[in-house]
Amino acid sequence: MSINRGRVRWQCRRALLELDLVFMRFLERHFDRLTDDQLADLDDLLRCDDYDLWAFVNGSKACEVDRWKEMVGLLRQR
Amino acid sequence: MNVAKRTFDAVIVGAGGAGLRAALQLSEAGLKTAVLTKVFPTRSHTVAAQGGVAASLGNTTEDNWHWHMYDTVKGSDWLGDQDAIEFMVKKANEVVVELEHYGMPFDRTDNGKIYQRPFGGHSMNYGQAPVMRSCAAADRTGHAMLHALYQRNVRANTQFFVEWNALDLIRNSEGDVLGVTAIEMETGEVSIFHAKATIFATGGAGRIYYSSTNAFINTGDGLGMAARAGIPLEDMEFWQFHPTGVAGAGVLITEGVRGEGGILRNSSGERFMERYAPNLKDLASRDVVSRSMVTEINEGRGCGPDKDHVLLDITHLAPENIMKRLPGIREISIQFAGIDPIKAPIPVVPTCHYQMGGIPTNYKGQVIVPKDGNPNTPVVGFYAAGECACASVHGANRLGTNSLLDLLVFGKSAGESVVEDFKAGNLSLKPLPADAADVSLARMARLENQKNGTDVHEVRLAMQRTMQKHAGVFRFKDLLSEGAARILEVAEQSLHTEISDKSKVWNTARTEALELDNLIEVAKATMISAEARKESRGAHVRDDAPDTAENPNGRDDKNWLKHTLWYRDGNRLDYKPVNLKPLSDDVEPIALAKRTY
Repeated sequence: MSINRGRVRWQCRRALLELDLVFMRFLERHFDRLTDDQLADLDDLLRCDDYDLWAFVNGSKACEVDRWKEMVGLLRQR
Repeated sequence: MNVAKRTFDAVIVGAGGAGLRAALQLSEAGLKTAVLTKVFPTRSHTVAAQGGVAASLGNTTEDNWHWHMYDTVKGSDWLGDQDAIEFMVKKANEVVVELEHYGMPFDRTDNGKIYQRPFGGHSMNYGQAPVMRSCAAADRTGHAMLHALYQRNVRANTQFFVEWNALDLIRNSEGDVLGVTAIEMETGEVSIFHAKATIFATGGAGRIYYSSTNAFINTGDGLGMAARAGIPLEDMEFWQFHPTGVAGAGVLITEGVRGEGGILRNSSGERFMERYAPNLKDLASRDVVSRSMVTEINEGRGCGPDKDHVLLDITHLAPENIMKRLPGIREISIQFAGIDPIKAPIPVVPTCHYQMGGIPTNYKGQVIVPKDGNPNTPVVGFYAAGECACASVHGANRLGTNSLLDLLVFGKSAGESVVEDFKAGNLSLKPLPADAADVSLARMARLENQKNGTDVHEVRLAMQRTMQKHAGVFRFKDLLSEGAARILEVAEQSLHTEISDKSKVWNTARTEALELDNLIEVAKATMISAEARKESRGAHVRDDAPDTAENPNGRDDKNWLKHTLWYRDGNRLDYKPVNLKPLSDDVEPIALAKRTY
């Protein structure tokens, strides 16, 4: 089943402003160009807890799940 | 158009701390309960609350609810209702211990009790010395609380409607509330949630400001819905600002940075706080620091090309200390200001943080409106709790850690009131009017068919800039009156928003347009209420209401010791008395005094 882009876009709305701002930048720069596989990886990453996600983005915690690493790299781009 | 209808005993809008606490009360009492939420419950903004929850457990230092009540009334600058405040502080221990039993991982003392830490504004013996009253789970208190409450709700079989956006309140000709309309994002279909009781727990609307610490979801949906349905909004001029948000982003830089030696500087590099607070300097209270910063900016000594911020300088601190003591702050500055604070100062501005006003309620969580000469008449079937509600316990200024307490106590209280009203037979499923969904369907159709309209992002930005400039942390008579005219122009533009994406499912552009409809109501309420209140009190500080012998701190109790009520229709203002009488005879009223620390 294909993943709905609109749903994934909505789920980039988070509980923390820090993440909202990071995702806003990500949505502008990268989101529309993601392949279906990348979208699936993002969808999976978005299930993370917000504090874990923020720790991956700010680098205070290493992301150890291989399929998340590419998306975390894009989110970290300033 | 045929609209699907779902029927429940109760419908709750919002699944943050207040909504989840209310839902638990209903589900455990066996009521058929639906919780609508636009994001997954554990992604609600309650997650961001770090400080803790206040309760006079007295585990670490001596404490009692009388002292907590005094601190809260004083913190509110006497605008808080003393019956609701007494109710909240007396219930604090109960709701915290309950949460402990739900599995909340509070920090512990060596002997296994809940550890408590001190927090600004909380004192022992009526302001004598700091007290340890805040119960915390590291710096993740809101996060831990939300997870504990969510799991407990799953156990109680609460029915969640996740990624459903509530649209409008349904009322009948008597004004009773019969439920809400809502859109399911996955299908784009509008449904009616018909219920005997409706509880709003939709959080605050901090996104009305350009610089806000609030997450993007904080769009005041419950306030917009209430206002459109003719319910007044109370005390909306009172917003708490934090002095140091990253300029342009809003992300909060904790007070700890100044505690570690951080210095605020203006465009000429001057440590300007030496002029405003010669003793405490950069460590003066939040409101003093914020207003000093704004004065610097307004007098042309701001920094950057637009001279619109000041600088928080920690470059004189040893890099290893910054790395060790303030790592999170360095990450935030690098991410959102593009600046490594070891090498250059961080651009900061006072930033909107918390909404003290809201939908008027009593201490039972019942929504109350003026009717037939009684300013506090309950609206049948309607309840509210948390940041969207105004009980009013925070009055003109909230104390830290009282917000998590507010949502626990009044979430539970609203739930208990529904259960009591239900058991007493006071709640019934009243017939839906034939036009129950018409307002929502008309809004959807307008958005669908709008031609040559305005852009949602541009209108939202215009609103945010207007609010920031004209009703910010320090308020000026002329700016407020210009702002009142300007925000009505922006509101007019918001009636004609147009979206290019007309897709039915998962249309985030449409969701943002619907959110703007709610934000703009809150913005109008704030600006018009602020323009009208000609005194300074708590967070509302005007240049034309200075500190005098007759009006200490600019507070004018003779004319302004009253709650504002803003009505959407005609932007009408009304006022009602503050309740200075506690709920019981256990305590004397806290007498009016100048608020000094």
